Amino acid sequence: MASLISCPHCGTRPKEEFFIRGDATPVRPALMAAEEVWHDYVHLRANPRGRIREHWQHVAGCRRWLVVERDNFTHEVFGVTDAAKAGEGAR
Amino acid sequence: MTAYRLASGGLVDRSHGIRFTFDGATLTGHAGDTLASALLANDTLLVGRSFKYHRPRGIVTAGPSEPNGLVTIGSGVRRDPNTRATVAELYDGLEARSQNRWPSLAYDIGAVNNLMSRFLSAGFYYKTFMWPAAFWEKVYEPLIRRAAGLGRTDLPRDPDSYEKSWAHCDLLVVGSGPAGLSAALVAARSGLRVILAEQDFVFGGALLSEAMPIGGEPAYVFARRVVEELQSSPNVTLLPRTTVFGWYDDNVFGAVERVQKGVAVVDATKPVERMWRIVAKHAILATGAEERPLVFGGNDRPGILTASAVSTYANRFGVAAGESVTVFTNGASGYRTARDLAAQGVEIAALIDSRPASGDIAPAGVRLLRGGAIVDTKGRHRVRAVVADRGGFEELIACDAVAMSGGWSPVIHLACQRGGKPVWSEALQAFMAPDVGSGLVMAGAAAGHYLLSECFDDGARKASAVVEAVGRSVSGVEQPVIGEEADPSFTALWHVPGAKSKAFVDFQNDVHTKDLGLAVREGFGHVEHAKRYTTGGMATDQGKLGNINAIGILAGMRGVSPAEVGTTTFRPFYTPVSFGAMAGASIGEHAMPTRRSPLHGWAARNGAVFIDAGLWYRSSWFPKAVEKSWRESVDREVRNVRENAGLCDVSTLGKIEVFGPDAAEFLNRLYCNPVLKLPVGKARYGLMLREDGMVYDDGTVSRLGDEHFFVTTTTAMASGVLSHMEFAAQVLWPDLRVRFLSVSDQWAQMSIAGPKARTILQAVVEDDISNASFPFLAAREVRLKGNLKARLFRISFSGELAYELAVPAGHGEAVADALMRAGASHGICAYGVETLNVLRLEKGHVTHAELDGRVTPDDAGLGRMMGTSKADFIGKRLSTRFGLTAADRMQLVGLKSVEPEKDMRAGAHLLKDGVKPSTINDQGWVSSTCFSPTLGGHIALAFLKSGRERYGEKIVVWDQLRGVETFAEVCDPVFVDPENTKLMA
Repeated sequence: MASLISCPHCGTRPKEEFFIRGDATPVRPALMAAEEVWHDYVHLRANPRGRIREHWQHVAGCRRWLVVERDNFTHEVFGVTDAAKAGEGAR
Repeated sequence: MTAYRLASGGLVDRSHGIRFTFDGATLTGHAGDTLASALLANDTLLVGRSFKYHRPRGIVTAGPSEPNGLVTIGSGVRRDPNTRATVAELYDGLEARSQNRWPSLAYDIGAVNNLMSRFLSAGFYYKTFMWPAAFWEKVYEPLIRRAAGLGRTDLPRDPDSYEKSWAHCDLLVVGSGPAGLSAALVAARSGLRVILAEQDFVFGGALLSEAMPIGGEPAYVFARRVVEELQSSPNVTLLPRTTVFGWYDDNVFGAVERVQKGVAVVDATKPVERMWRIVAKHAILATGAEERPLVFGGNDRPGILTASAVSTYANRFGVAAGESVTVFTNGASGYRTARDLAAQGVEIAALIDSRPASGDIAPAGVRLLRGGAIVDTKGRHRVRAVVADRGGFEELIACDAVAMSGGWSPVIHLACQRGGKPVWSEALQAFMAPDVGSGLVMAGAAAGHYLLSECFDDGARKASAVVEAVGRSVSGVEQPVIGEEADPSFTALWHVPGAKSKAFVDFQNDVHTKDLGLAVREGFGHVEHAKRYTTGGMATDQGKLGNINAIGILAGMRGVSPAEVGTTTFRPFYTPVSFGAMAGASIGEHAMPTRRSPLHGWAARNGAVFIDAGLWYRSSWFPKAVEKSWRESVDREVRNVRENAGLCDVSTLGKIEVFGPDAAEFLNRLYCNPVLKLPVGKARYGLMLREDGMVYDDGTVSRLGDEHFFVTTTTAMASGVLSHMEFAAQVLWPDLRVRFLSVSDQWAQMSIAGPKARTILQAVVEDDISNASFPFLAAREVRLKGNLKARLFRISFSGELAYELAVPAGHGEAVADALMRAGASHGICAYGVETLNVLRLEKGHVTHAELDGRVTPDDAGLGRMMGTSKADFIGKRLSTRFGLTAADRMQLVGLKSVEPEKDMRAGAHLLKDGVKPSTINDQGWVSSTCFSPTLGGHIALAFLKSGRERYGEKIVVWDQLRGVETFAEVCDPVFVDPENTKLMA
């Protein structure tokens, strides 16, 4: 895990200022999508090693939800973007 | 006398003495001494007992890797156990005590373990404490706990303060020896922001112990001059007494500064220790190298030190480790120590070199035994003689100290803390730091450059690269002139064969060569297994001194190279860090923030008993002088609210202001009940679900304008709901035009409940609040008398005619006081959360005791709230999934004790009468209970299988924690006023 996160709004801040929700890849299905699709969205998470995308919230800063792309093995952070700007987000 | 203070020399202030005590005996040292050097100067060689065998042990090193010289410093509330005497700065009045001995250091009963050592071999614990299982908790655990650990700590609170701080720099230099000083100087002159951290209380590292002149002046004078220049540079921060203990992601370093650990009187205005987090663009580790002990029979007797430690005590502290010293070496280092001692006039009994031949030259007149080895030592509490073996011929050599050198290992700890594995160097016979990128590089002896001239050059070279990397030009530093240096090589000698007694590999954990042999034979030869099996490399020194020899020995036994054995895993902390430093200022009431309601002062004036609720202090109940128990107060408050009126502080509820053209649509998707058509000026109960269909939180939604809502959350979920809303707005539906913010702290909010609530409130509110103009669920801005704008909500948690009045936080107490005055003649009372809880329970309202994450709206009896015709809302899709709609789900019911005086407790399970308690027979659980003054008996809310069909049934409330069974009748959860006549009055 990184010690510092570069918030696109607040600059480089210690990781303790952030709350980590988890995997940013699941996208909220349409209401009438199959129950299995909803089950996947709500309950199932992959546990990959390597490059991952996560939702972090800068709770002690701008309170924006961010997408942090990082490697959970090497701890390298590739990028931090605002979740709304990240476009696809979890929609 | 054996060890003694030399007549001259050393960097100690001989002009006056410093008095300190060791095990009660008063001794004298000098400013500039460590506790270890002062003890040696007083010929106190025996300083501790070993962990397992309780063998007498003395100082081995002159630095942070000391395995034996662990003492307790200080007394009473300022007592630091397991402090390494070799790094403890001496101060006037220092009290030190030895550890792990009873009744005294010299006569230690535990030493009997030494005689039983054949039964205390590696894996002893695993083999002995296995069976019978019944003994684990009752016999073995207390036994092991008593034996565990060395020093003891105390429970009284630490009176000192600690703090935490951040620092940022271009270059962090760890260590201030020749390489570190050289690196810091180049970077400083080139204009970089530099932090130089040194664990010692004097900067200079190995230069402080160096006998060779540097640039024509004593090495320590040279060091002092460089430090003075650094000190005068505004871009340099010097951190003495600071151990960099950890290397973390993004080149963030953890360091602890012992601001006031070596002082006689603690200045209360300053912290005793400071925890640093240093964000460094670049770092240079100039941490030097560690000298290895030699593993020979009887190598643990007091008076046997590493050769470099003997040199340091002589050169830096002016202390001779003995009058007649035997030097045992496998390389050049022993010769250097022999020269240092000879220069100070200390007799050298013999210089034993394990190598048959070498280019090293012994000082004139010193007896040199090439190809020799020590196989045993004599003496009881200190070494008196060594048994030297050369070509099978044994010889007893009298001496009172031994200087041993087994070669050198670069100190690479920090560089390996982030997963990089050390790399074995065949040429240097040592593990080197892996390449971890340009952010962290090793310099000097830590990089395997053992000559002083190389260290200066290497430090400057590494710093120059950093200067260029940060885009500045290098200001050169002229390197000092140094005399010719001897070749620093050595020939690895992992252990001396033919030991006549125990040859220790790890002094602190009493691991000797035979333990390692046993580990290999029993299949625990992997380096990580051997560590756990033998305990070698554990505890405070983490194998800094002994691990390398253990690896060499394991390699020999397994017939492989040390490269193949590898090392155990390096992790923070490099040396132990006190809990005080880690806690910093976050202790006691400062461990977490304290939240006080804007009505706190009002509650306190009215005699509230406060209770911790998360970060909040909430008023719990308001006792009268005559009341002897909380129950008496709560019963009175409940009756008074139901008969007259009461005022309760509800400011802790989460409050969120929501604006925007899409505010209604947004909230409609967040709550499971419809919000879209909520009229302006109206409030509504709101229920939020999680996507899995379970209830997340409840509260009220009030519409103050077309595009303006005010929502409340429960106290506990205030921050969670805000984050949840932010996620929904920013991630799920960023296209919705909605903005909101938490205003929890901006409003003081009070509930005025009871049949006389309106009369009392009307005395304070300017607007007409009659039932006609301010009916149930009205919500709008009102004017108070005196023209203060407030918000009034006609909502009720108690089931009474009730209002919640919100005023700007700063006016809260004045308004509450005004209400109490206005209500005095109507019998108003203050009530707290206990009464709030009884009132809501009597009315069958749920809280998070019921909404525990396993409950659907229908389970809680709120199924009809679901806006099933809404297009979408969080939790809609999965709320209809299989299992969530089953008829035999646990449903909210009320319980009344059949014998009203018998109480029930939350957590109890429900059983049909006469069945055996079991998971299969489980019918449900009790979520909330209270004594109901209104009903005159104990009542509860509970979840019961198909509960709503079972009103009237008698059921067993089974409380195994208390061993109590209560008989209760199942009923509607609304105990009071089910027709809502009071509410609507």
